[in-house]
Amino acid sequence: MSGQAMWAILTFLAAGIGTMLLGLALRWVDRKVTALVQWRVGPPWYQPLADVLKLMGKETLMPSTARGTGFLLAPIIALSATAVTAAILWRTLLVPQEGFLGDLIVVIYLLMVPALMTVLGASASGNPHASIGAGREVKLLLSYEAPLLLAFLVPIARSGWTLDLGRIVTAQAASPVVFSVSGVLAVVVAVVCMQAKLGQVPFDLAEAECEIMSGVYVEYSGPSLACWLMARMMLLALLPLLLILMFWGGLHTGAWWGVPAFLGKYVLFVALVTLIRNTNPRLRIDQTMRLFWFVLVPAAAVAVVLSMTGISRGIPWL
Amino acid sequence: MSHRTVVNIGPFHPLQEEAEFFQLYVDGETVVDVDVRLSYNHRGIEKLDESKTFDQVPFVVERVCGICSASHPLAYIQAVEEIARVRVPERALYLRTIVNELERLHSHLLWVGLAGHFLGYNTVFMWAWKYREPVMDALEVATGSRVNYANCKVGGVRRDMTAEQLRMIDRASDELRAPLEMLTNAVLDDPVLHARLKKVGVLTPEAVKLYGAVGPTARGSGVPIDVRRDDPYAAYDRVDWQVITAPHGDVFSKAVVRLLECFESVKIIRQCVRDIPRGEIDAKVEDIPPGEGVGHVEAPRGETFHYVRSDGSNRPVRHKVRAPSYNNIPTFKASCIGLEIPDVAITLASVDPCYSCTERMCRAVDAETRKPLYNFAELVRLSQQKTERLRKS
Repeated sequence: MSGQAMWAILTFLAAGIGTMLLGLALRWVDRKVTALVQWRVGPPWYQPLADVLKLMGKETLMPSTARGTGFLLAPIIALSATAVTAAILWRTLLVPQEGFLGDLIVVIYLLMVPALMTVLGASASGNPHASIGAGREVKLLLSYEAPLLLAFLVPIARSGWTLDLGRIVTAQAASPVVFSVSGVLAVVVAVVCMQAKLGQVPFDLAEAECEIMSGVYVEYSGPSLACWLMARMMLLALLPLLLILMFWGGLHTGAWWGVPAFLGKYVLFVALVTLIRNTNPRLRIDQTMRLFWFVLVPAAAVAVVLSMTGISRGIPWL
Repeated sequence: MSHRTVVNIGPFHPLQEEAEFFQLYVDGETVVDVDVRLSYNHRGIEKLDESKTFDQVPFVVERVCGICSASHPLAYIQAVEEIARVRVPERALYLRTIVNELERLHSHLLWVGLAGHFLGYNTVFMWAWKYREPVMDALEVATGSRVNYANCKVGGVRRDMTAEQLRMIDRASDELRAPLEMLTNAVLDDPVLHARLKKVGVLTPEAVKLYGAVGPTARGSGVPIDVRRDDPYAAYDRVDWQVITAPHGDVFSKAVVRLLECFESVKIIRQCVRDIPRGEIDAKVEDIPPGEGVGHVEAPRGETFHYVRSDGSNRPVRHKVRAPSYNNIPTFKASCIGLEIPDVAITLASVDPCYSCTERMCRAVDAETRKPLYNFAELVRLSQQKTERLRKS
């Protein structure tokens, strides 16, 4: 085996396992902070890990109505897609010079896979609640992808129309995208889309515990549910990272404070997720779609126009 | 032709803590019909009461509902007092009012929290329940128990409250004002809550009258009915308060009614503590003459109605309970059709239903021969016939 392949596998494993651990930690922070906000004690630090381990030790149950292949493959594919995304993103963060052409498209595609797999798994389970959840997940996907991609166009445009994540990051070495009017607008849109991609309140309607009994996941239990939990925890760790790479220059803001600054940004984005989910009720699917299409898409479009005007007129702050 | 799916809410569902069963016939996400099925938890309380003495029954009926456990005994006791024509001492009337209003406070706060939970707004859930705790503490101080207060008895109340206890209740209800204002403003000003609750599950005043809805469910539709004002009992005619209504009949209006009623409850409690006269707390009723009486009390969910008949012995020969949810639950037929599933969840919760309180047994009787229909064997036979029919088709 060539040395390059070994490196690729090592990167993949390290990033996958590292992100998983980070995801477990973030999930705990999220739960603990939520608990403190709600005057509860909250779980001990190992609780997310204990949850996953407990589920791993259980029997794999499949409802008699389910189509086995799709039902059981969905969580595994979702988890693998997230792990690959993790490898690409962390590598871009550490060595932005060595990206491959169009890796941003691959990342966007891979980040869509968990949602698509949720729909596949839910539809395969044959449960009416899951089918409603799957319908909502599809609509949610249709809602947030457009504004998210439009928001991503801002850093793409500002880095000279490149689809190479590494070049987007290095182009921000002097001035991150977020230090501009269009950048701020795009980040706000992206944060809302991140919340939807994570399936957190107010966009947790695909699982909506009190309405459709965790909807898409209702038939999952044991190891397959653990796969979903891990995929979602990894997403919780990855999406803030993607946002920092796209809008806030990753680790490469210049001087020695790059690393602490990166940690600060990371905590900020994770905190935003917790904050939004604790201060909002769940939206209905029609309201969600209206919000994304009629508020966030125009907002992101304005951001794109602003940034392009800024580039053509040579106004860096626009 | 559209495809109809049946979505089951119940018999066991995280929406509500009790066994209930709503079959939603949905077309996409729109509900086209609702089937309400109850009676999973029939406890036979009315029958049980016939084997208890008049003084024992309050302890049974306060277990009709864990949350309205001051209203049900009071309604029963008022029915018995009507039979015996008792003049209840003034102080006892004030003490009854205080406990009943504390009950309304804790019940409404409980509902606000649950409504938040159903909307996925768990912060409201936890905060409302945190502010409910001092009320529970006040109830515990006053009666010795967080639920099932065993407070009233025929002719008065069982325990007096000391000046210190009254002061504690006064302080607790006064201190509740600030958090209540905060909660009310949080609901009234939150644009996302407006989007979720306004124009959702609208119950028109006509539907209120048609289904006989009571309590905050009716008052949220602008129908100002309240037993406390319409047929005053306890000390409600001696204090200054208002019947709260909201005009639109949607879930938001019902939430507003409940939140504003909390302020009225605080007002009532504080006036009672201020004005409570000294004196006896028990009229010492010796025996109950033959006769029949009714009592009704404005429970947190609406009017609860009790009918008692006595034959002069020491037990009621008939006791009939009608809990408010019995009237309110059928309004789902009027308010839920045409809604989306997420709106149905909150609309079901908006009447603050209490299922086991309403449970009763039905017996179908042939109108002419008076012979009972649909006994167990008959139902089994019908069920088997249906299975055969299904197999053939």
